[in-house]
Amino acid sequence: MSTVVGARPALTWAVHIAVFVLVAIWTIPTLGILISSFRDKDQIVTSGWWTALAPAERNLVVRAAAPDDAIEENGRWVLRGNVFGEISGSVSAFGVSIQRPTEFSAGDTAETRDGELITIGENGDYAISYPERPEGARGQRLFVTSQEPPKFTTDNYETVLFSEGIGQSFINTLTVTIPATVIPILIAAYAAYALAWMEFPGRALLLATIVGLIVVPLQMALIPLLRLYNDIGVGKSFIGIWLAHTGFGLPLAIYLLRNYIAGLPREILESARVDGASDFEIFRKIILPLSFPALASFAIFQFLWVWNDLLVATVFLGNNEQQLVMTGRLRELLGSRGGNWEILSASAFVAIVVPIIVFFALQRYLVRGLLAGSVKGG
Amino acid sequence: MALSQTTAAPAASESGFASALTTFVTALAVMAAGLIASIAVAVAVYAAFDFVLPYTKLLNALLVMVLGVAACFGYFWSSNKLLDTIYPASGAQIVSNITKANAIRPWLFLGPALIVVGIYLVYPVVNSVILSFHGPNGEAWVGTRNYEWLAQDPAFRESVRNNILWLIVVPAAATFIGLIAAALTDRISWGNIAKSLIFMPMAISFVGASVIWKFIYDYRPAGEAQIGLLNAIVTGLGGNPQAWITVPFWNNFFLMVVLIWIQTGFAMVILSAALRGIPEETIEAAVIDGASPFQIFYKIKVPQIWSTIAVVWTTITILVLKVFDIVLAMTNGQWGTQVLANYMFDWMFRGLDFGRASTIALVIMVMVAPIMVWNIREARKGIR
Repeated sequence: MSTVVGARPALTWAVHIAVFVLVAIWTIPTLGILISSFRDKDQIVTSGWWTALAPAERNLVVRAAAPDDAIEENGRWVLRGNVFGEISGSVSAFGVSIQRPTEFSAGDTAETRDGELITIGENGDYAISYPERPEGARGQRLFVTSQEPPKFTTDNYETVLFSEGIGQSFINTLTVTIPATVIPILIAAYAAYALAWMEFPGRALLLATIVGLIVVPLQMALIPLLRLYNDIGVGKSFIGIWLAHTGFGLPLAIYLLRNYIAGLPREILESARVDGASDFEIFRKIILPLSFPALASFAIFQFLWVWNDLLVATVFLGNNEQQLVMTGRLRELLGSRGGNWEILSASAFVAIVVPIIVFFALQRYLVRGLLAGSVKGG
Repeated sequence: MALSQTTAAPAASESGFASALTTFVTALAVMAAGLIASIAVAVAVYAAFDFVLPYTKLLNALLVMVLGVAACFGYFWSSNKLLDTIYPASGAQIVSNITKANAIRPWLFLGPALIVVGIYLVYPVVNSVILSFHGPNGEAWVGTRNYEWLAQDPAFRESVRNNILWLIVVPAAATFIGLIAAALTDRISWGNIAKSLIFMPMAISFVGASVIWKFIYDYRPAGEAQIGLLNAIVTGLGGNPQAWITVPFWNNFFLMVVLIWIQTGFAMVILSAALRGIPEETIEAAVIDGASPFQIFYKIKVPQIWSTIAVVWTTITILVLKVFDIVLAMTNGQWGTQVLANYMFDWMFRGLDFGRASTIALVIMVMVAPIMVWNIREARKGIR
């Protein structure tokens, strides 16, 4: 294949560029959230995240101190102070009227119609000198354009983890995910072994039913199960959601594992039988260890699916602090904190970081599982 | 099978039906005994630990996980043991015993899976059909009134229209881009890294992806600095910023982009494996005949992986029918973006009408059904 393209350098370049563009489109959205989550919350709303490394320009309207506080100096009354509050920066331009907010550059002296002399230094220190003793409590309005250095902070993460409840939700999600991933595996493995290597009437029909159930929309199951749970008193509890995820994940698990186990060499099983091993022993000592790759594939699927699930968690768990999972919390924040990107971006990143780590660490198994699920059998 | 085996056994004197019944009853009894024993032990151990250990949720989850796995093993071990005690593989009746045990054992292995799948998937399908003929609380019989209501409901029509749009656009776009990405990344040295990165959104939840894309679509009035990438590009090119997710009709496509972004990696990975599986000879023959790379791709490679493309297409189609999180998180069905799955959720939680919600769920089920049948047929082909 490479020889075909190798003959045409222009085409090779086109391929490189095309792939680069695709990769860029596919990574930039996530990168935007990641970078924003570390930016200062004022800078997020005043400049795009792609300018995060450039100094941010900010327009401030500041009221100077009250004229009453002016002090006499060499025959004039002078008022001193600094335009910056918590966030510092360097003044590039200032003005004294809203029409011309950038009339003067830092260090210049502006003279108003009343004969006031106003100067603002680069560091934000201002001095207003009045020819006569001024009166009043309302300070002069100053329009300042400042350049702020890029600011990166982990404050956003501290906020979301400890005061927005993301930390608690993280634990809730973990609580849902671990048992919901592990419990179905064993049940599915035994069933898969029976379907692959044991003879019994109705096997083909059973397998067809399992394949059919893989695509049953979850929406079908919600109301009947919710009613059932309320009737038998399970209500909204972790045990309820563990079992629900187990039930919804089983068909795919059985199907994936059956395909894999059916593909194991017959000789191994036959020779174990000849040696007098029972089905139970064969399963435990031969099938389970040999099916590790398939078990791992399914485990990753189920983990990602449960971790990322919103629907099942919304229906079967409550909306309180002790039960709200991360996807639910994120959705809630999107509603209540729609414009607070410092909170949303940090929360989103906390929510996606674990699946992404799992994804990159175990990608091999995931791909294998996908291929087994759709190319061979489906 | 079990029938013929048991009747063929020398000791079996009962009729075929009676022996099948015996097998069935024994299987049920052994299964129940194993289940009750293992669950009882697990619950007892849980209670004991719960009494001793301080309660923290995570510890509790770990305990449940360990006990769940132990109970599973316990069930399989104890039911198996029980079966071997009832039909010992020794003594005068050894042949009869082994055949009887072999007829029962598969059902012991399948038992827990069948019970769970029965409760969580089969029962709901049946129950939903029944509920769709009932009123809001699922008690009063209303005949076909839910269906009549659905037929004239404008929001339902909007959802169906949008769902059809999703069904056309998302599988096509994801499969097509995935195919292109698979073909291109296979030709370059850093292809695997590129693949990993395009595949990555697959690990991100729909809600997470919605946050990511909502940031891209963020809107500030004209004149202010745009912090959403899309509006920054538009204003950079001299256009006017738009509140993208509220633009009627077209906003559907902005939501679809999110799912396409997530699913393209899936299509790419599967199709890339299929492309690599194409026999080299066919390609070499085409090269010798002087075919251009484009001709090789469209006329030699694509036709050979057609069945895999179909699998990818249907898999994404199923996903699209169930799409819910993205719409809920980004617009909650406002501005003409409602889809069936979210509409069903709406009637379930806000409308509190289980009858109508079940009816909508059934519509989704009916839309999935053809794919289900096709899947089963394909799987049976592969198994034989």
